[in-house]
Amino acid sequence: MTATPSRHPGLNLGHAHGDAHEASEEFVFGFWVFMMSDLILFGLLFATYVTMLGGTAGGPGPGELFELKSAFIETMLLLVSSFTFGMASLALKYRTDRKVLVAWLLVTLLLGLGFLAHELYDFHKMFTEGGVPSRSGFLSAFFALVPLHGLHVTGACIWLIALLGQIAVHGLDTPTKTGLMRLAILWHFLDVVWIGIFSLVYLGGIV
Amino acid sequence: MSHRQLSEQEAQEKSSELRTYLWGFGLALVLTLIPFGLAAYTQTAARTLYIVIAVCAVIQVVVHFRFFLHITLARNKREDLQLILFTVLILTIMVGGTLWILFNLYYRMMPAMLP
Repeated sequence: MTATPSRHPGLNLGHAHGDAHEASEEFVFGFWVFMMSDLILFGLLFATYVTMLGGTAGGPGPGELFELKSAFIETMLLLVSSFTFGMASLALKYRTDRKVLVAWLLVTLLLGLGFLAHELYDFHKMFTEGGVPSRSGFLSAFFALVPLHGLHVTGACIWLIALLGQIAVHGLDTPTKTGLMRLAILWHFLDVVWIGIFSLVYLGGIV
Repeated sequence: MSHRQLSEQEAQEKSSELRTYLWGFGLALVLTLIPFGLAAYTQTAARTLYIVIAVCAVIQVVVHFRFFLHITLARNKREDLQLILFTVLILTIMVGGTLWILFNLYYRMMPAMLP
C-alpha cells in the first residue's frame, strides 16, 4: 500500500517523523505481543461463556435480558469511534494541523464515553430485572466477559485523556506520538473483541 | 505544530490510506447491518441466522485487521502476521479443547446443560 518501507504493522509514521518513526518499531511490536496475550484472555472468557449458556439455574436467560436495540447502538458507537481514531492517526501522520488531530481524538473520546455510559445503563437495567452476577453460572460468565471489555474501554479512555494532556503540555514529541500509535492499536483491537461480543453474546442470545 | 506541505508522493499515500479507512468503515458497517437487520426485521430460521452471524463476524474481524490495523500479507511485516497466526493457533487449541471437554462432560453427566 505505502511507498515508504514499513517498520512495523499498522500505520507507519514515515521518515518525516524521524525519531518517532525509529522508536515506534519496538514499541509497536511489543504492544502487539501484549494485545495478543489479551486476545487469548478474551478468547477463553468467550469459551467459558459458551459452556455456561445452559447454566441459568432458573434465572433470567439471554432472551429476557438482552435487547437488540441497545446492542446495536453500542456497536455503532464503537465502530464509528474506531473510524474516527483512524482519522486521528492520519492527522498525526501527515501533520495536517494539531487542531484537527485533537478534534478527532476528542470525537473518539466522546464516542468511547458514550459507549461506556450506554453499557452501564444496560447493566443497571439487567440488575433491576434480577440479572446479577451471583444469580447463575450464565450471568457470572456474562459479567466476567462483557464488563472486562468495558474496563478495557475505560482504560483506553483514561489513556486517551492522558495523551491529550501530554499533547497540551509537551506538544507532539516522540513519546506522545508513539503513545498515540499504541493507543490506536488498542482501540481498534477493542472493536475487534466487540465484534465477538455482539455476534456471540447479544445476537446469538437473542435469536 | 507546523503545517507541513506534503510532497506529491505523500499526498498520494495519504489519499490511499484515507481510502483504506473508508473502505474498512464501509465494509464493517455492511457486515454489522446484515446480521442485525436479519435478526430484527426478518423471521429467518435460527440455524440460518447463526450461520450468517458467524460468517459476517469472521469476515468483519478480517476487515478490521486488514483495513484498521493494517495487517497485510506483505513480506516486510511477516513477524507480526506470524505472531497473530500463532496466537490464533493457541486460541484454537485452548478454546476448542475447552468446548470439546466440557460439552462431552455435559453429554455424559449433565444433559440439562446442553443447549
